[in-house]
Amino acid sequence: MSTETQTQAPVIEKKSEPLFSKKNRKLLSDPLNDSNPITVQVLGICSALAITVQVQQAVIMSLSVLFVMIGGNAIVSLMRNGIPDRIRIIVQLVVVAALVIIVNEVLKAFLPDISEKLSVFVGLIITNCIIMGRLEAFALGNRVGPSVLDAIGNATGYAWILLVVSLVREVFGSGAISFPGLGQVKFLPDSWFMTAAGEGFYENNNLMILPPMALVVVGVIIWIQRSRNPKLIEEN
Amino acid sequence: MAINKNSNGYTFFFAIVMVVVVGVALAVVSQVLKPLQKENEAIKKKMDILGAIKVEANRGNANELFAQYVTRRVAVDYMGNQVSARKDSINPTDKDDPFNIDVQKDYRTYVKKIVKTNGKNPEALNKALAEAPVNYPVFECNVDGNGKIVYVCPMVGTGLWGPIWGYVALEDDFKTIYGAKFDHKTETPGLGAEINQPGFQDKFVGQELNVSSETMFSVLKGGAPTDVHSVDGITGGTITSKGVDEMLNRTLPVYVKYLQSSNQQRAER
Repeated sequence: MSTETQTQAPVIEKKSEPLFSKKNRKLLSDPLNDSNPITVQVLGICSALAITVQVQQAVIMSLSVLFVMIGGNAIVSLMRNGIPDRIRIIVQLVVVAALVIIVNEVLKAFLPDISEKLSVFVGLIITNCIIMGRLEAFALGNRVGPSVLDAIGNATGYAWILLVVSLVREVFGSGAISFPGLGQVKFLPDSWFMTAAGEGFYENNNLMILPPMALVVVGVIIWIQRSRNPKLIEEN
Repeated sequence: MAINKNSNGYTFFFAIVMVVVVGVALAVVSQVLKPLQKENEAIKKKMDILGAIKVEANRGNANELFAQYVTRRVAVDYMGNQVSARKDSINPTDKDDPFNIDVQKDYRTYVKKIVKTNGKNPEALNKALAEAPVNYPVFECNVDGNGKIVYVCPMVGTGLWGPIWGYVALEDDFKTIYGAKFDHKTETPGLGAEINQPGFQDKFVGQELNVSSETMFSVLKGGAPTDVHSVDGITGGTITSKGVDEMLNRTLPVYVKYLQSSNQQRAER
């Protein structure tokens, strides 16, 4: 369906550019810091709040988003010259939705415990603005190689924020760290924990488990990032 | 051949082809993975039933342990009459096998509506529940290998955000609770979600149902209970606790009715 010569693409491409040229490497590294989808573009915040209670959920969620982004960007990029302009958003939505349903079904079949914990949030990847945003802004106007790199970059930018937030929340909220396949590992001895009888001295911070705390943790990350990265400081 | 990408014809053509391709792909994925998903659900159910009789099972050994402990499966109707019973291994296609009763689906389709409309009127509630085409499975478990039988009774209810469900194991006096296992889909972590933690479930062990009363068991708000017919609810999880209370009192009478009448029949024989 796609033709080799491109006339209307928003971004002009050079044909003989190597895959890992300087410009393409920037596609991978930019979303990690300068244009991070969560902390700079403030996209995908909803899922970042909801599934960062445990590290293992964040890991699986990140992998799911990575898969959906690479798949979505690659497919839309391959079809970019055939997609009719007027229904392009619907086409993107169908591609993303199909990929998300596949992810959900695979999780249900092979990782039932984690699938149960992520519940509706896998389905909600469809509404993750990062994915639609990258399809519309990048994949629709670029070749497959750079599109995949862009997907990997953005998904990784999303993932590291998720991992940091979930690490903070799980350590202080549950006194444990969990990994897919290993389950939750408690690193504090049980005798430290406060009981109804008044023994022990340590208590988990329940606020960490509630969604508002994720927002605070993301806020702290944004604060640190902005204070260290001069490019992000607005002048006004 | 130049195609006008913006013509209506091309747009429709593209949309139709896309929908067909995506539809076929998803149907194939769903069909391929369905047996695995069904198997996972069955194993989860077995783990929950074993959890109610305090046997720790994982996804690896649940099938084996289930076969070892669960000796008989019975389906009863709302009046406590036996509908069907099975002893041998589970046949996933046997609709009469009590293990294959989808308690959650029955709750969603029939019971939830009935409870919502008749919740304040016990008589109407009873009547409507008796008329609903819902069966209740009981799992007889040989817990110590010496013939001590414990009856595991599944139940479903509604929490704050979504469904909650549980398995309560009754001893053969039909009122002492041997063990209880609860779980939920989307209750608040740290609050309502605590119902699936040992801290809440262990409180039920050794408590007794008030068999002669309308309210057989209560999940109370505020402080530890003073009698054996209740447990302390979860602080900050009031609505989830109320859901557990409602689920227990709606379902347990059915099981107690069946257990008592089947026991009487056995005695008369």
